[in-house]
This record gives sequence, structure tokens and C-alpha cells, in this order.
Amino acid sequence: MTLPFIMFFVCAALAVIGALTLILAREPIHSALALVLVMVSLAVLYLLLGAEFIAAVQIIVYAGAIMVLFVFVIMLLNAGVEERTDYSKLAKFAGLPLGIFLSLALAYWMLESFIGKQIANGLGGTNASVSTRELSAQLFQKYLFPFEATSILILIAILGALVLAKKDE
Amino acid sequence: MSIVPISYYLVLSAVLFGLGIVAFVVKRNIITIFMAIELMLNAVNLAFVAFARAHNQLDGLVFVFFVIVVAAAESAVGLAIIITVYQNRQTLNLERINLLKF
Amino acid sequence: MDFITQHPVLVVSLAKIVGLMFVLMTTLAYLSWFERKVIAHIQSRWGPYYVGAHGLLQPLADGVKFLFKEDLTPPGADRFVYILAPMLALTLAMTTLALIPFGPPSVQWLGESTLIVADSSIGLMFVFAITSIGVYGVALAGWSSNSKYPLLGGLRSSAQMISYEVALTLAVVGVVLLSGTLNFNEMIQSQSGYYLHFVPRWNVVPQIVGFLCYFMSAVAETNRAPFDLPEGETELVGGFHTEYSSFKFAMFFMAEYANMITVSCLATILFFGGWLSPFPESWTFMRYLPPVGLLALAVYLAYDTVVLARGIARIQLIVVTAGALVIGLACLHPVVLAIIQGPFWFLLKVGLIMFFYVWTRATLPRLRYDQLMSFGWKFLLPVALANLVITALVKVWPMLVNHG
Repeated sequence: MTLPFIMFFVCAALAVIGALTLILAREPIHSALALVLVMVSLAVLYLLLGAEFIAAVQIIVYAGAIMVLFVFVIMLLNAGVEERTDYSKLAKFAGLPLGIFLSLALAYWMLESFIGKQIANGLGGTNASVSTRELSAQLFQKYLFPFEATSILILIAILGALVLAKKDE
Repeated sequence: MSIVPISYYLVLSAVLFGLGIVAFVVKRNIITIFMAIELMLNAVNLAFVAFARAHNQLDGLVFVFFVIVVAAAESAVGLAIIITVYQNRQTLNLERINLLKF
Repeated sequence: MDFITQHPVLVVSLAKIVGLMFVLMTTLAYLSWFERKVIAHIQSRWGPYYVGAHGLLQPLADGVKFLFKEDLTPPGADRFVYILAPMLALTLAMTTLALIPFGPPSVQWLGESTLIVADSSIGLMFVFAITSIGVYGVALAGWSSNSKYPLLGGLRSSAQMISYEVALTLAVVGVVLLSGTLNFNEMIQSQSGYYLHFVPRWNVVPQIVGFLCYFMSAVAETNRAPFDLPEGETELVGGFHTEYSSFKFAMFFMAEYANMITVSCLATILFFGGWLSPFPESWTFMRYLPPVGLLALAVYLAYDTVVLARGIARIQLIVVTAGALVIGLACLHPVVLAIIQGPFWFLLKVGLIMFFYVWTRATLPRLRYDQLMSFGWKFLLPVALANLVITALVKVWPMLVNHG
């Protein structure tokens, strides 16, 4: 066992535990915390894959902004323990098995597909991490138009949130 | 120093995506369901980063960047909607918000 | 054993982490002494005086008191989250310091840079990443206490911290544009040089607006006066940590100080040239400032010992004086003198910013909550944005002129 492998298995285990806790917890806050755990361990995996900048962005935006917003809303609405209503029998009995089946099928398909076969057992590139300079060059040259489009998207989202949150006079 | 094979990451990504779908179907609280969507987005991001590494190209990372930005915008609007729904219906249980259900 | 020999970096890192922890813990304890002393003198009082000479043993007494207090958990509290919150707050606040360079990378031991624990190529991003998770400590503490004042305090402070984080980040981006890097050491090196041969070329000169925005939002980000609404005791009892007692309360306290240190370190690195000396190379006598300062301190303490102190305080003062004397003399050795330069200037600058922090607290009254929010969103954010746009224009201007 070498260091990257240990890191990978620890983080993968934490991510899966977090995802399971998200499903099993009945308090919304616990679910949110579990999701934060998933996001942080994924950030470590990004570091392992050499994507430093993405790892930092993942923590800043996902764990530091989006999930804080979730926790904030849960606190604001004082959302208590989730009630278990059973209107949908299908979801209750078929949900879990189907989900497990789906994830296994997905994993199988990803590994056995045309692309998957090429890289499945490859080690993938070098060990060096991606420099932020290269990434930003890509972002501001090749993908400049999508970048500008997302900025407009964010502006619209801010306006939308404001309109929704505004009190009626 | 050896490197972890890309396939490990892909399997993890698939498992997380599946768990996200299960959470989406099983949970009854709108906020938690929303979180399940975020979990699925995260799983997809992991696959993007893994593929970017496998092909040694940066496009995958740029895509992750966009996914994160869109997720941020989406959660801002989504949570505002949730607050409005709660103010009107006094519940977060999805099955009690069924006025339009036939 | 094989594992360790394969990864020598683990051993060096561990040694550095232990060293940093030791220094940090002591500093955190003595910051409370520093703050109380400074505020007391601003208000014409003595401050801590009786426990040891000049109240120097007060932090120790406080620590013992915290340890022996009863550890209460309010009924109906969410136990797991209730315990998790202070741990999260303190751990995250202390982790950021791993990324701070306390001296130049040329100071090395076993081939590793000694004065920084983790020299990341995007250090600034990671500091922001860790501080952005710091909100959880406050928010969760407020929620898990199962009490209405903490809940209100937690809601307030998480809203405040999210809001001011935006202005904080935007204020810093100007500096990133100027230096063209996210690595702390490169940022500091980009600030070397002098205007008119003696005014240091620090970022605070072109980025004075950015620095003011940064400092104001940093004070709000660390929940300090005049932005300390989360714990506004006149309206919220004690804010998010009302229900916490004993060592858990102490952990929040230490987290607050650790955050202050981080923010001051960041200000030093970004705007005040980090470990660079403010004086030109040609002023060689300035290299002797650290030992001379320490020896002057020793002389003052010796005077104190002989004239003022009585009993146990006198013994304690003798020990401190001897310490200052020995370290001061050791600093005269050329090797030590070379090593001490970077950390000395860095810590001096950080200390001055910390003093400014305390000074603000002693001077300014608390804002009202709506004033706080409108100040952040309607004043600080636009100013930081304008500063960013102007910086970018100035940076790009030569290119535009040459092309057009």
C-alpha cells in the first residue's frame, strides 16, 4: 500500500459513508453535514487527481457557500425531523434495490464502454498537478463565451432569488 | 510513487451517483431532495475530473468549473423557491405539496 | 519503518506541525492577555495585574478555570452536533496557519522549507477554502443548542459571514491581479523593491482601497467589534455560544483568536510584504533590530524586577528577563541573525495589525444589524468591485495602448 492508495480508500469510504448518512439521517441538518463530508472528501480526491484549483473551488463554492446556504435555510425554516409518509409504495419498496442496480449498471457501463476500455486500467497521464495558469488560459480563451454566459446566468439567478424573496407590499 | 487507476474513481463516481438517485427517490423533505441533486452533480464532477486526468486534457476541469457555477445559481434560486413554498404551505414534505396533483 | 523511510516528507511535516501547534497554543493563550491589557490601558485601567508580574500568568489561571468548570449540555440539544461545532471551529481556524509562510523559503532543513508547513501553489485559494467552512462552527453551535438566542445568533452570524466573505474575496483579487500568482511566497517576492529608494514597494500603496475593504470585511468575518453582532450581549445574551460552558466555550474563544491571527497574517502577506524588511538592504544596521529590541526588553524587565516586583512575581520576572537576555544574545550570532530576519518582520507586522484590531474594538460602538448588512452589500461590495475593475484596467492599459 502506498500513500495515494491509502488516501484514495479513506476518502472514498468517507464519501460513501456520507452519501449513506444523507439517505438514512432523519434530521435535515445531519443530511446536510453528511453532504459536506462527501464534498470535502471529493475535494481531497481532486487533489489526488492533480486538480488543485478545482479542489479549492469545490470547497469554497460547494462546501463554503452552497451548503452553508442549505444549513441556513434549514435553520431559518426550523425544519424538524422528516416525517415518514407512505403515499408512494413504489418508492418505498423499489427505490433502494433499483438504485443499487442502477449504480452497479452505471459503473459496469462506464468501465466497459468504448472510452472506458481504453482507459479503465490505465494510470492516466502524469503525476504532476495542473497549473492554474493553464486552466485559466483555457477558461478565458477557448471557453470565453460559455464563461460569459454563466456570468449572465448568475446575474439572472441573483435577480430571481431577490424577486422570490421580496415581500409583497 | 504509484498512482491510483482511473477506473477506481469511475466506480466511486457511479456509486455516489446511484446513492444520489436513491436519496432523490426515498427522501420526502424538499431540502434533502435538493441535496440529493447536489450529490449527483458531485458524482458527475468526479467522473469529469477523472476523465480529464485520463486524457490529460483540461476541458474536463473547465466543465467541472461550469457545473459548480451552475449549481451555485441553481441552489440560490431553488432555496428561494423552497422558502416561498414553506411560507405558503407551512410544510416541507413533498407529498403534502400536491395541489396540482391529479 | 519502511513506510516512513519512503516518505521522509511525513516526518518533516509532522515536526513542523507540532512546532507550529506549540507556538500557536501559547500565542492564543497570551492573546487574551494582550487584548485585555491593551483595552485596559486605552480605558485608563490596569487590566490583569495580580496573577504573576503584569498579570503574565493570567492565561494559565484562565485555562485552569475553564478546565475545572462544569461541562453542561442543554436538554434537547443535538449531542453530536453540539460537540462537533466547537471542534470544527477551532480545528479549521488553526488549520489555515499551515499555509502561512513565516519566513523566506531559503531557510531550509533536510531540504524542506522550514518556516511554512505546506507551501501550496495556490495557497491563497486554500486559505479561503478553509475559512469559508469556518461558518459551520458558528451556525451549528447556534442550531444544536436548542435554545432561541443561540439560534438567532447563529443565523445572524452565518448571514453576516457569507455576506462579508464576498467583499473580502473581491478585495483580495486586486492583489492577485498585481502579483499574478496565488502562491504566498511568490506574492511576497513580487512586493520587493522600493519607491524612491526607501518607501517599500508593498501592495498597500497601490491597493490602499483594497486594503481598507479587506480589513473592514475581515473584522466582520471574524465576528469582532464593531461587527460582533452574533454575540451582541445586549440583545442575544451571548450569541451562538450562550449554552456553551467549560472547555467548549474556551474552544470558541481560541477559534476567534486563531481566526484573527489568520486574517492578520493574510493582510501582512497580501498588503504589507510578508517577511520582507521595510528597510533597504543598504541599511545593514537594521538587521540588528531583533536582538537590540530583545535586549532593551531585558533591560526594562530587569529594572522592573529590581524596583517594582515583590515575592513570587519577582522570581517569575527574573526567569522572563533571563529568557529575553539569552534569546537576545543568541540572535547576535550571524547564523541565527540571518534566520531570524524573516520571522521577526512578519510577526512584528502581524502584531501591529492585531493591535489595530484591539484598538478598533476599544474605540468603536457596535453597529445595528440592518446597518451592518447594508454596509456590507451596498457600500463595501461596490467599492471592492470598483477597485478590482480599476486595477484590472491599469494592468491591461499598456497592452491596449500598444495594440490600438
